[in-house]
Amino acid sequence: MISVEHVTRSYGDYIAVNDVTFEVASGHITGFLGPNGAGKSTTMRIMVGLTAPTSGRVTFDGRLYHDLPNPGRHVGVLLDASAQHAGRTGREILTIGVMTMGLPMSRVDEMLATVGLTESESERRLGNYSLGMKQRLGIAHALLGDPEVLILDEPANGLDPAGIRWMRGLLRRYADRGGTVVLSSHLLHEVELIADEMILIGNGRIVASGDRESLIQLSGGAGTIAKADDQNALTAALTAANVAFRIDGLQLHVFARPIEVGRIAVEQQIVMTELRTQQDGLEDLFLTLTAESQRDAADTTHEPQIAGALS
Amino acid sequence: MNTVMNTGDLLEPTHPTNQRTVTMPHVSTALAPPKSLTASPRAVDSAIPMRRLIKVELRKTMNTRAGKWLLATIAGGAAIVMAIMVIVGIVTDEPFGITDFTQVASFFPMALLLPVLGVLSVTGEWGQRTNIATFTLVPRRSRIAAAKLATGAIMALAAAIAALVTGVAAMGVFDLFGGDATWNLPLQSVVSFALLQLIGLLTGFAFGMLILNTPAAIVSFFAYSFLLPTVFFAGASLWDWAESVRPWIDFNFVQEPLGQGLLSDVNWGQFALTSAIWFVAPVAFGVRRLLRAEIK
Repeated sequence: MISVEHVTRSYGDYIAVNDVTFEVASGHITGFLGPNGAGKSTTMRIMVGLTAPTSGRVTFDGRLYHDLPNPGRHVGVLLDASAQHAGRTGREILTIGVMTMGLPMSRVDEMLATVGLTESESERRLGNYSLGMKQRLGIAHALLGDPEVLILDEPANGLDPAGIRWMRGLLRRYADRGGTVVLSSHLLHEVELIADEMILIGNGRIVASGDRESLIQLSGGAGTIAKADDQNALTAALTAANVAFRIDGLQLHVFARPIEVGRIAVEQQIVMTELRTQQDGLEDLFLTLTAESQRDAADTTHEPQIAGALS
Repeated sequence: MNTVMNTGDLLEPTHPTNQRTVTMPHVSTALAPPKSLTASPRAVDSAIPMRRLIKVELRKTMNTRAGKWLLATIAGGAAIVMAIMVIVGIVTDEPFGITDFTQVASFFPMALLLPVLGVLSVTGEWGQRTNIATFTLVPRRSRIAAAKLATGAIMALAAAIAALVTGVAAMGVFDLFGGDATWNLPLQSVVSFALLQLIGLLTGFAFGMLILNTPAAIVSFFAYSFLLPTVFFAGASLWDWAESVRPWIDFNFVQEPLGQGLLSDVNWGQFALTSAIWFVAPVAFGVRRLLRAEIK
């Protein structure tokens, strides 16, 4: 379990990370979400001892990162896939990691296979890698020591859609085996598909956190996008049921959860052609919270109620 | 192609394939810890020994193109310089000893390029940002600094031994082709030569630790190595006080007897003070900063 306790980091007057506290349980994927410069990377660097916190601490099963005798065996880290020697081959970069951790050399080939880098690609110098290949190599490097924890800063950066799906599968399997993942992103949809829990960070503070459902509740409840074979019948049924909605082109924005809309449709025997949760609510929340966190007034209106909803 | 593989397949050794789409099934294999990793649970928590760190650092100096070329240039340069010496000696019929060969190799390329090796061992990590990987795997940064220092010392001594062996070989050729060969190699000369290489590389290391930027550190080292002695010399010829101060601040001046193979002529008091200024102080400052600095 990772425990981040009241971590603050300031640079002179500027507070990059402000009293950040959260825990990540084993088997969970936690997404760290926030705009650029929100403090995600600084928090991650603090977690792995590259940046000293001004106050607070981070422990892994009760131990500080510095006190882990062979940290690579516990915590796999990928902060910047480009931060490797451009003149070394991918294979050589992994070899250095394997040597440092005292692992069998066979681990290099195993991890290359895991991330789908071919033999010939592994013999190429990093300088000739695409960003996606660097990202795969970085994941391989993080997985070398078979760690219980993965800390990944913007791991989907540079991956194509197929690559992002691949990464999602890999991390899901890793978490299902009891691994703990903390990953960051500035893209909501990237994180909400993969993370069990999300931590929204803006201006160095946690502005909201929780699983997807509870965050949607926070954003004022789930909205539904609905389309019916007979749209007039649906609007009539919703009106009769006293459910608010808004017509948006061919579809309806219903201010209710999909299950409620579905029930009404079944009762009136209306054939639905589309019925899904409205994504905008979460996105609005994300944008509002992270943008407003830069303005103190807006921040305080949200924070008390949200703080109560933190899990 | 992209079908679910059965467990029999998963136990097969993994083969990298040419297509990314078929590599997903491998995930399960590799994420299940191999036996070698789980066989000794205690190994997970055994600290990384210093010997291993030194081994890794030695590999890191050699496994880049820059590192390979630098080492090749030092070895090749020394061989060429000695070959020229052999020819010159035979043609001019001058008497040579083994130290004549090693001294000229010491002047070039060793005095020039071993310090660069020392500089790069530190600044390379910052320039290429490998320091992120290095210090996440080994968060006790002073251990990396110690391993790099030890690696530098090993490289310098290895280079000194290689140069001495090459010097003996050059002497053999010189003798064979009728050169006026004086076959003696006093221990004092050997130790002086090795010590000189060691100081050269480690001073480069110190400049690297102090400046943490490859070009700036190399330029500064060359200024220290070639410009500063001239300044000290000029000062010493102009003012008496400068002449009396010089041996206590000019590290190059204090090392001069070593260059001539005269270990016993070194003033060790002056050596201690000047090495404190030019080696100990920058390393101490560099390590202190390294322990506190943010690695980005």
